[in-house]
Amino acid sequence: MLEIAGTAFMALGALFFVAGTIGLLRFPDVFCRLHALTKADGMGLALVCLSAAIGAPDGGEALRILLIWVFVALASATGGHLVARHARRAGPPVREVRP
Amino acid sequence: MTVLLAFDLLLAASIVGLAAATLLMRDAFAMIVAFIVFGMLLALGWARLVAPDVALAEVAIGAGLSGALLLRTLAHLRGGGLSAQGGASVSAPTNGATQGINALLAGLATCALGLAYLGAPQNVPGLEAHVTDAMPESGVTHPVTAVLLNFRAYDTLMEVVVLLAAVIVVWQVERGLAETPAPALGTVYQGFARVALPVAVIAGGYLLWIGAEAPGGAFQAGAVLGAVAVLGLLSRHVRPAPAHRPLARGTFVAGTAIFALVALGVSGAGRETFEYPPAHAKTLILLIEAMVTVSIAATLAALFHGREPVTVATGKETT
Repeated sequence: MLEIAGTAFMALGALFFVAGTIGLLRFPDVFCRLHALTKADGMGLALVCLSAAIGAPDGGEALRILLIWVFVALASATGGHLVARHARRAGPPVREVRP
Repeated sequence: MTVLLAFDLLLAASIVGLAAATLLMRDAFAMIVAFIVFGMLLALGWARLVAPDVALAEVAIGAGLSGALLLRTLAHLRGGGLSAQGGASVSAPTNGATQGINALLAGLATCALGLAYLGAPQNVPGLEAHVTDAMPESGVTHPVTAVLLNFRAYDTLMEVVVLLAAVIVVWQVERGLAETPAPALGTVYQGFARVALPVAVIAGGYLLWIGAEAPGGAFQAGAVLGAVAVLGLLSRHVRPAPAHRPLARGTFVAGTAIFALVALGVSGAGRETFEYPPAHAKTLILLIEAMVTVSIAATLAALFHGREPVTVATGKETT
């Protein structure tokens, strides 16, 4: 039962990563791309970590995976913020979305 | 099984493809980003080969800190920014002779690797059996640490010496106080640094300690602590000043010095250099690793800073 749940979470997480990557490739400017990437990858990361924690052999390892999730999530959110901040200050054109 | 094979083939193709892309790109910034991604995939490759120690070292030093050093160098070359200014040429200035020499040296290295691979005995068990036999005398339970810090400690000492030589050369070449203004990283970054950096220091210590029995060790821990120092330098929490130089010099040398002192100290009385007494092997290995970790961290941070912090006045240094 747990194994099935773990596999399902892993697959769902991978799906979120794929969605984020498609957003990165398809969206017009840096802010839209960051929007897609940070949100989708944040969810994907949470699901993959949850799946890995379910599969962990003992509580200590699950705790370490939880800590990894917390700090990678913090780092990626901060990284996304720094990229957006730099992009806004450097002022690349926000591309008009074609109707 | 076939899914894993397909994944491995895809991974191998991506690594080779990224290596080619890194060489063929015209923009130096894109080149460095591709190189960092190449390092990440290479680490994944090492993980697939069940070599987590190499994977950790590759991702922390090969991709992370080397990437940071390259980006720093590029910013330095482009006068403080990472993007090419205006209509300036986006590609790094190339020189036919330099390219030729680089190609020749890289070709020679590839040939040497190929010869070593072809010359190695095929389908024999290798040295694993010897290592397993000698493990009880090594003082640690993780074979990679036993090889790096005990059986082949001389090689590791030389690696530490290489880092020391690198920082000495950098300090000879570039001097002065950093003139670039502090990058405004904002309050979000400050909050992140306050939470994450202390934890990263603990993670570095954990990597050092766990190296005795599981993947980890001095180089990985040193890279993590070095990354903490790099983040501190970036946000100007750490400002190298002339007064820091004696401490910095001591820290650069500490790893090599302790390593060499232990090696010589255990010799004599019928023992070879590096032949630790089995009863004290773990203590000695941990002592060496701890000092080497601190040295590696300080050295990597100093390489990132890229200059000896002295006040340069009218071409003549005042110390």
